[in-house]
Amino acid sequence: MSVATLRQILLITDGCSNHGEDPSMVASLAHEEGITVNVIGILDQGSMSQEGEREVEQIALAGGGISQVVYTKQLAQTVQMVTRQAMTQTLQGVVNKELQGILGEQSEWEDLPPDQRGEVLEVVDDLGESVQLELFILVDTSASMKTKLQSVQEALRDLSISLQSREGGNLFTLSGFPGKRKEIDQLLNWTPKLDSLTNVFRKMTPSGVTPTGPALKAALNQMTKRKQRRQLLSESSGGEDVEEASS
Amino acid sequence: MKRQAPELIPGTKLTGKWHGQTYRVIKKLGQGATGTVFLVESERGPLALKIGHENPSITSEVNVLQRFSKVQDVKLGPSLIETDDLKIGDESFAFYTMEYIRGAPFFSHINKYGKEWGSIFIVQLLGDLDRLHQASWVFGDLKPDNLLITSSPPRVRWFDVGGTTLMGRSIKEYTEFFDRGYWGLGDRKAEPSYDLFSVAMVMINIAYPHRFEKGQAEGLEILTERIEAHTWLRPYRKVLRTALLGRYTDAQLMKKDMMEIISETDSKKRFSSSTKNRMKQGKQFKKTEGKRGNVWDAMLAASFIILASVLYWVGQLM
Repeated sequence: MSVATLRQILLITDGCSNHGEDPSMVASLAHEEGITVNVIGILDQGSMSQEGEREVEQIALAGGGISQVVYTKQLAQTVQMVTRQAMTQTLQGVVNKELQGILGEQSEWEDLPPDQRGEVLEVVDDLGESVQLELFILVDTSASMKTKLQSVQEALRDLSISLQSREGGNLFTLSGFPGKRKEIDQLLNWTPKLDSLTNVFRKMTPSGVTPTGPALKAALNQMTKRKQRRQLLSESSGGEDVEEASS
Repeated sequence: MKRQAPELIPGTKLTGKWHGQTYRVIKKLGQGATGTVFLVESERGPLALKIGHENPSITSEVNVLQRFSKVQDVKLGPSLIETDDLKIGDESFAFYTMEYIRGAPFFSHINKYGKEWGSIFIVQLLGDLDRLHQASWVFGDLKPDNLLITSSPPRVRWFDVGGTTLMGRSIKEYTEFFDRGYWGLGDRKAEPSYDLFSVAMVMINIAYPHRFEKGQAEGLEILTERIEAHTWLRPYRKVLRTALLGRYTDAQLMKKDMMEIISETDSKKRFSSSTKNRMKQGKQFKKTEGKRGNVWDAMLAASFIILASVLYWVGQLM
C-alpha cells in the first residue's frame, strides 16, 4: 500500500462565508487531489447560525473529512480528535480499496466477521502511528474571531503535542484569512513543530468579510504546488523526500 | 460523523447477526465516549454489553480486550465474551459482551467510607498498572469514571479499558484533567510515566471532587498550590510531585513510596491519638473539604486501625 504521506487542511471558522466561491466546491476539488478537508466551527456561547453550521458540515463532507461545532473550551480536545479520526478514516478508505481488490467490489471491512475486522483495524492503527502527516491549518481571522484566537492558539499547541507523540513525522503550516492583500496570509511556514505560536495572530488585521472559498483555494494551491515540486525533486535527485524512516 | 449508539429500552431482545446469540436488555449501565454499556441477560447469565457509536472504535476496544485476556493471569479488566453486530434497518452496530462486574462507582465508595480508602485504592491500582506495563500496555484514559469498586474485600477494578494503548504508540483517548499534555507536563506517548501522572491526578481528584481548570498560570504551579492547600494531599506531596514531573518510570516505585507514607501517617495518628487535632484541622479546611460531622470524624479515626490491618494484607497479597 502506498500511503507515505497524508495531507489535510484544517479549517477553523466561526461563521458563514460571505465572499467568493462556494467553499464546499473547493473542498470537493481538494478531495479529488487526495487532500482531506476537516472543519471546526467555533463558538463563544450560544449557537451557530443554521446556515453557518450547515456550511461547516457541507465543506467537510465534500472534502472527505470530519466536522464539529464546539465551544472554545472544548476546542483543544476536538481539534486533535478530529485530526486523528480523519487520518484513520482516510487510511480505512485505502485499506477498504485494497480489500475490494481481494474480496470483490461489494466488500468493505465492516462486512467481515467481527473476528477478522480486528486484524484489519490493527493495520490501520499501525499506519496511523507511522504515516507522515502534512497539515495546512487555515484560521478565520475576521473581526468576530478576535476573542477566540487565544483558544485557537492553545488548541494548536495541544494538537502538536498529540501528533508529535506518534512515530511518524509531521509538517504544519498556518495561515490566516482574509489576508491583507491576498486571500490568505502565511503566519507560520512549514515546520515540524507548533510550539512557537505566541503572538502569531497579532499581525492579522480583523476584517468584516469571510472569504472562506477563496482562502481554501489558496491553501489547496499551495499544497498541490508543494507536492508537484517534491515529485520533481525526488525524480531528479531523490533529494527532498520527506518520508521519515520509521522502524 | 455523529452517529449515536441505539438506545436499548429495558426488556428489548436483540440477536447478534453473526453468532445468533439472544440478549435481553435489563438496564443501561453507563455511557462512554465510544458507546453505551447495558446490562443484559443471556444464556450464560448476566453480562455487560457495549454497543458503539462508530464500529471501528468498538473493534479497537475488542482488540485491546482480546490481547488483555492473553496477559490476564491476574484479572485486570473485564474479560471479553463475544463480539457481534446488531442490525437495525440498514445500519449495522458493532457490539461486544463482557463479564459483568458488580461494583460501586469509585466516588460513591469514597464518599461513603472516607478519603482514606482513596490511598488504599491507589496502591491497588499501582500494583495492577505495574502488571499491565510489564505486558507492554499503557492504560491511557485513567480516571475515577473508568474504575469500579467491588466489595468484600473492597478492591479497585478496571471498568472501561477502551483507551488502553500499546507502549510506544500515541494516546488517542484521554480526559483533559488527567492528561499531562493538558497541564503542559509532557507529551502523549504511551509509557508508564503517562499513567503514573494520571494516578497522581486521580488522587488530586479525590481531594477536589469537582476538579478545576488550569487557567493562565503554569500547570505545575497550580497543581502544587492545590496539593499544599489540602490536608489529605499534603503528606503525599513528594510522591505526587515526582509523578507529576514524570520521574517515576515504574509503577512499583511509586507504590512503594505510597505505602511508606500511608504507614507513617497512620502510625503517627495512632500514637498521638490526635483525634482532636484532626477535628481542628477539619474545621480549618472546611472550605476545601466541605462539611463533615464530628461523628463522622470519630468514625473515621476508629477505622484507621482496621485500615492498618487491611494495608498489611494488601501488602502481603501484592
